[in-house]
Amino acid sequence: MTAMQTVPRAAADGGTGGSRGVAPANGATRPGEREARRRAQRIRQQLVAWGFIAPVAIYMVVFYAYPLFRNLDLSFRDYTLASFITGEAPLVGIANYLEVFRSPTFWPALGNTAVFTLGSIVVQFALGLALAVFFYRRFPLSTTLRALFLVPWLLPLLVSASIWAWMLNSDSGVVNAALAVFGIPQVNWLTSPQTSMLGVLIANIWIGIPFNLVIMYSGLQNIPDEVYEASSLDGANGWQTFWRITFPMLRPVSAITLLLGLIYTLKVFDIIWIMTRGGPGDSSTTFAIWSYRLGFGGGSPDLSPAAAVGNLLIVIAFVFGIIYIRTQRTTEDAS
Amino acid sequence: MDKNRTARIVGATVLSGVFVAAALTGCSSTPSDNNAGSTEYTLWDPYPDRDASSDWAKAIDACASDIGITIKRNAGNTGDTVKDLTTAAAGKLPDIAMVDNPKVSTLADAGLLTTTDDNGLDVSDIQENILTAGQIDGKTYGVPVGANTLGLYYNPAVLEAAGVDIASVTDGASLTAALEKVVASGKKGITFSAVGTEEGSFQFLPWFWGAGADLTALDSSEATSALTLWTDWVKNGLAPQSVLQNTQGTSWDEFKTGEFGFAENGSWFKADADAAGYQVIQIPGEDGKAAPAPTGGEFITIPIQKDTSRYATSVKIVKCLTEGNTGADSLGYIAPTAEGQKAQLASDPSLEFWVTAVGDAKPRTADNLGIKYGTISEQLYTAVQNALSGGSSPADALATAQKAVDEKLG
Repeated sequence: MTAMQTVPRAAADGGTGGSRGVAPANGATRPGEREARRRAQRIRQQLVAWGFIAPVAIYMVVFYAYPLFRNLDLSFRDYTLASFITGEAPLVGIANYLEVFRSPTFWPALGNTAVFTLGSIVVQFALGLALAVFFYRRFPLSTTLRALFLVPWLLPLLVSASIWAWMLNSDSGVVNAALAVFGIPQVNWLTSPQTSMLGVLIANIWIGIPFNLVIMYSGLQNIPDEVYEASSLDGANGWQTFWRITFPMLRPVSAITLLLGLIYTLKVFDIIWIMTRGGPGDSSTTFAIWSYRLGFGGGSPDLSPAAAVGNLLIVIAFVFGIIYIRTQRTTEDAS
Repeated sequence: MDKNRTARIVGATVLSGVFVAAALTGCSSTPSDNNAGSTEYTLWDPYPDRDASSDWAKAIDACASDIGITIKRNAGNTGDTVKDLTTAAAGKLPDIAMVDNPKVSTLADAGLLTTTDDNGLDVSDIQENILTAGQIDGKTYGVPVGANTLGLYYNPAVLEAAGVDIASVTDGASLTAALEKVVASGKKGITFSAVGTEEGSFQFLPWFWGAGADLTALDSSEATSALTLWTDWVKNGLAPQSVLQNTQGTSWDEFKTGEFGFAENGSWFKADADAAGYQVIQIPGEDGKAAPAPTGGEFITIPIQKDTSRYATSVKIVKCLTEGNTGADSLGYIAPTAEGQKAQLASDPSLEFWVTAVGDAKPRTADNLGIKYGTISEQLYTAVQNALSGGSSPADALATAQKAVDEKLG
């Protein structure tokens, strides 16, 4: 705020000084007027300042604050199809949340969300980092290969998910055909409650690796060469170099990658919906899928419980966001 | 600093004033009753794939010129009930809305649709069993533009090679025996769609109803026997695992590989089946007779208007689209009236089978289930998924489903 005010005030003072050529004679006699003028000036400056903020403020309110507020509002009401017509939706307090917590789907969905999210980001991160380190040492064709690794990222999710669904098809999928070569019996990847989560996890990990690869690769490039030189002079082997230098120095990048990965994976919907529709039963139903099922999946839309589940997702993402900021702060304080 | 604060508050107040004003105008801009007395009528249908040159669009235009009005067609609006209603909440209900039949009761319950008492539509010529999907508590909220239903397609070449006589397939046990022969001959048994959506319920219902089960009691022994039939097929390799993910479209693709003996699918694949030389029978029920299959197809409804004088013309439009066979033909449905069916048979005698099948069919929301059907169906396809995937036994899956229905509807 101060920075914004300094410039216009200096300019304004210059202006008033010029316009009041005869002011010194009258100035002493009318301090009230000068005060009033100054106030008007200040208000005008404020309005101008608000005018500049307005576009982003309006944008935030219309596209973030209002929808969020509406979703919260929706979750505390009993919103039915008839509500669209009558505009009436009685407030029911936390009844929707209680319904969600008591639902037999709640615990499986929570467990699935945890497994899917943690499983995805841990493996994506490990493989992404390993590949980044691998590609950091330039070798012939490394750029081409690295570019090829980005393909999963470029494909529309609909395409990737459909192809994975075909590949993991129990009877005619290429994965089972390949396993059969080694004498492994048919695995019902997407149609068995025991393996459906594994099936969608594999697809999601494959899709997420390029993102981790790209960010970790750029992180690696920020590590100064001198550190590596010094460690090699000290006789560190490859393993020690990685754990003592590369990994610790990648900490800030790793933290943001994991956080983004977490938020991204929490809300993954399309891959699971296309591959298994959250089934069989609830076996691959995460919160995102459950929310959609409640709101739009069945014949009877439960809009308010769906909003409640959506809000739980937001809370989870928010909690991890806070954890991230706090750890960020402690590391900054420490350094 | 204090003065700055005052100034800032003034600014913030002005800004929020703008918001409030914008919000208020946004809310109060209710659309005017735009077409009072206008001869332009609006029709919403869920067929975005049928463009202005399609038979369906032409059928609408023909009706419009017969009545001496213009009909503005808006395709793709009624695919999603929730979305419809949101749009409708803005106050712009169309004169005619075409709605998938199980959703009629939902819209009616929300108070969106006129009854035949309100609009004066005569429904006496509409085939009784199809019409019930639009009836709740004795009131009729719309008429079918036509209907389709499911049958049991078979590949004569595969059956012949396996030594199966199609006449022997009269109930679940004889069908299972036929499937075993087909599999023994090195081919695959049967494909269908047991996907975890409404399509899964749609496909399961003939077996469910055929066993004598009722949607009001999902955990009955009849229901269990129907689900056990399906589960055992998957367990014993007579049906592929992919049925758990198949939509009716992908299931048909499987059948068209020529590897399968049987496929449960809809009348909409008739032309495809004829071309490939596939035959079809009605799905066998447990009593040896044909099982009632669910009806598919859209209903033509007349949503509530402020200007009630518009209903008279809307009724004419509905009549025009349902009376003969042009409307049904253009959408690939069996006509909803005896007269229309007669005309369809005259031009294509091979429709005989499907006309009979539609006559034996049953709407999903029948038995006055109305909006309860949505909840029941969701639990039904979940139970099917749980049983077929081996997650739980058919009896347990159905018991859980009925418990969930009771909790939701209780």
